[in-house]
Amino acid sequence: MRSIVMLAAAVALAAGCKDKAESVSGRGAESTGEVEIQGAGATFPYPLYSKWIAEYQKLDPQVRINYQSIGSGGGIRQIIERTVDFGASDAPMTEAELGKAPAKLLHIPMTLGAVAITYNLPGVTDRLQLSPEIVAGIFLGELKTWNAPPIVAMNPQAKLPASAITVVHRSDGSGTTAVFTEYLSRVSAAWKGKVGAGKSVKFPLGLGAKGNEGVAGQVKTTPGTIGYVELAYAKQTGLAYAALRNRAGAVVAPTLENVAAAAASEVASMPADLRLSIVDAPGKSAYPISAFTYILIYEDQMDTRKGKAIARFLWWATHDGQRLGPSLDYAPLPAQVLPKVEAGLRRLQSKAKPLLSS
Amino acid sequence: MARGAEHRAWDGLDGRPSRRGESAATPARRRPWLSRDGEVNLGDLVFRQVTALFAAGTVLTLAAMAIQMTRASALSLERFGLRFLVGRDWDPVRELFGALPFIYGTLVSSLLALLIAVPVSLGVAIYLAELAPLWIRRSLGFVIELLAAIPSVVYGLWGIFVLAPWLRGTVEPALQRALGFLPLFRGTPRGVGMLAGGVILAIMILPTIASVSRDVMRAVPNSLREGALALGATRWETVRAAVLPQARSGIVGAIILGLGRALGETMAVTMVIGNRAEISASLFAPSYTMASVIANEYTEASGDLYLAALSELGLILFGVTLALNLIARLLVWRVGRLPGGAGRL
Repeated sequence: MRSIVMLAAAVALAAGCKDKAESVSGRGAESTGEVEIQGAGATFPYPLYSKWIAEYQKLDPQVRINYQSIGSGGGIRQIIERTVDFGASDAPMTEAELGKAPAKLLHIPMTLGAVAITYNLPGVTDRLQLSPEIVAGIFLGELKTWNAPPIVAMNPQAKLPASAITVVHRSDGSGTTAVFTEYLSRVSAAWKGKVGAGKSVKFPLGLGAKGNEGVAGQVKTTPGTIGYVELAYAKQTGLAYAALRNRAGAVVAPTLENVAAAAASEVASMPADLRLSIVDAPGKSAYPISAFTYILIYEDQMDTRKGKAIARFLWWATHDGQRLGPSLDYAPLPAQVLPKVEAGLRRLQSKAKPLLSS
Repeated sequence: MARGAEHRAWDGLDGRPSRRGESAATPARRRPWLSRDGEVNLGDLVFRQVTALFAAGTVLTLAAMAIQMTRASALSLERFGLRFLVGRDWDPVRELFGALPFIYGTLVSSLLALLIAVPVSLGVAIYLAELAPLWIRRSLGFVIELLAAIPSVVYGLWGIFVLAPWLRGTVEPALQRALGFLPLFRGTPRGVGMLAGGVILAIMILPTIASVSRDVMRAVPNSLREGALALGATRWETVRAAVLPQARSGIVGAIILGLGRALGETMAVTMVIGNRAEISASLFAPSYTMASVIANEYTEASGDLYLAALSELGLILFGVTLALNLIARLLVWRVGRLPGGAGRL
């Protein structure tokens, strides 16, 4: 009995402290006019977002943005629960997820990413060329050795070994897997039927490695392996990566230009809510495993000051901020996409007034 | 019953040799004044209440976690029922979830770790406690405790870049040549897999088992060693007849501590075990543990059933750990009552 009284006293004491602390910090923020914005989500664009945040801080010292790269799934959950001011996700939200949100959410494409097929084949110096059928065949376990006829036919000069192909895939749920499996589902009916697309899927074979660094480490240390990683990661770690035959029949390497070309060639089919998949894009130089990465934000912002600050930041990031992308291996949004992004940003409003003046 | 156990802990502190079973049977050796309230002193009262609060806090936390996890996994419990425990499928796209490969992977990798780590760490502990010269005792003891302080992600990276290539190039082919007739050592040597997971875990739990066992052995009174030596025992016989039986229950406790770490270890294991939800007899094949799949998939999981299934895995891990701890308690208790062992630290 006594201990219960003590417990109650301790809890009351702790609660009192908390209230005090909150009121102090609240006053502080008011008086200096600072706006604090919380964001959370995808890990893929994190290096670019943190660069943007640091640069924007210099332009507008009053706005403090805090972005936590907890993963796209976490970003979606947190924006639905309104525990953050904006979320971020590599894959656009599904209808079911949008249905759970308490209000209308907007998707703002921020930058472009791509998935590179990386491999370890000692003695093969020229970039490997692969067709969609080969990639699907390898990841389905139908092509078992490196000197299988379809691979040799695409790469007649390469000295392909007779060794077994070891598949490495991501073990953690990730946007990279979502984009890659969406591509495979698009180009292979067998993949679509047996495995499907998602952030975590049941791969028919292979080793699971955690994170891009895990896949890269596995591929780097094991001859005969093939895996998939973010393009930026493949470039920065110096892994070999393949060129792919796209829908137009051209064999294209994953370069920033070819990724941007994929986005540009699909822009006509971009819907009003900006949710668009650009895998297997029709453009002649389009790299087929490309994707937009999105910021998720409520169309109607409850806090006008905060809403205005976020809207201005997003406008800056999708315009002036784009020049920071290439140095970090992110493809800038192509010019054709920009009017649609601007239209999306202009829909942001608070108390029935638009947040951006036109 | 609890009272008896509580008082047994006091035995031996008075330096008198105690005969087996005496402590529980003779109430005369209890010291009631140690637990009686006596005069009420405000300081004592506050102290007692505060410590009671802390103790209650741990139990409440445990209960709150169990309740929360059960609630979070309600959907999966309802959908799959007991089939979840025996299901072998883990397909988030089709929302089919079964826990068996993860339960298997967790238990087998931890067991493998114990098989490797227990003999080695007991050897280390005996050397440090009984045989090594003083300066080695101090420096080696320090190094071993340092091993326990290395973050698991560092172990994992070492596993990817050093251990796995070594297993693939040297150890696994050799095992296959020598013992390839066993299903345990069949299949392509890939480096990463169940064996790599077990070895990494063994290295990680070795410092825990070794240093706790060493402390337990050091706590054995010197009079026992002297007695054995006086009777003409060799160093080995002294360790075997005088030290180990006295330290037995403490050593079992040390192993349990190590097992606890192995069961819950996430990062290092997930980096080398291959992360494949399959049950294979071969130690070379990739496997998966419960802690790993939760860490891998929880952050990106969307869909209520998927999240519930992951929570249920957490609940099962919780249950498995609890069950193993209970078994361990029983073991410590049993070992303490074996002939020749007084069952105390």
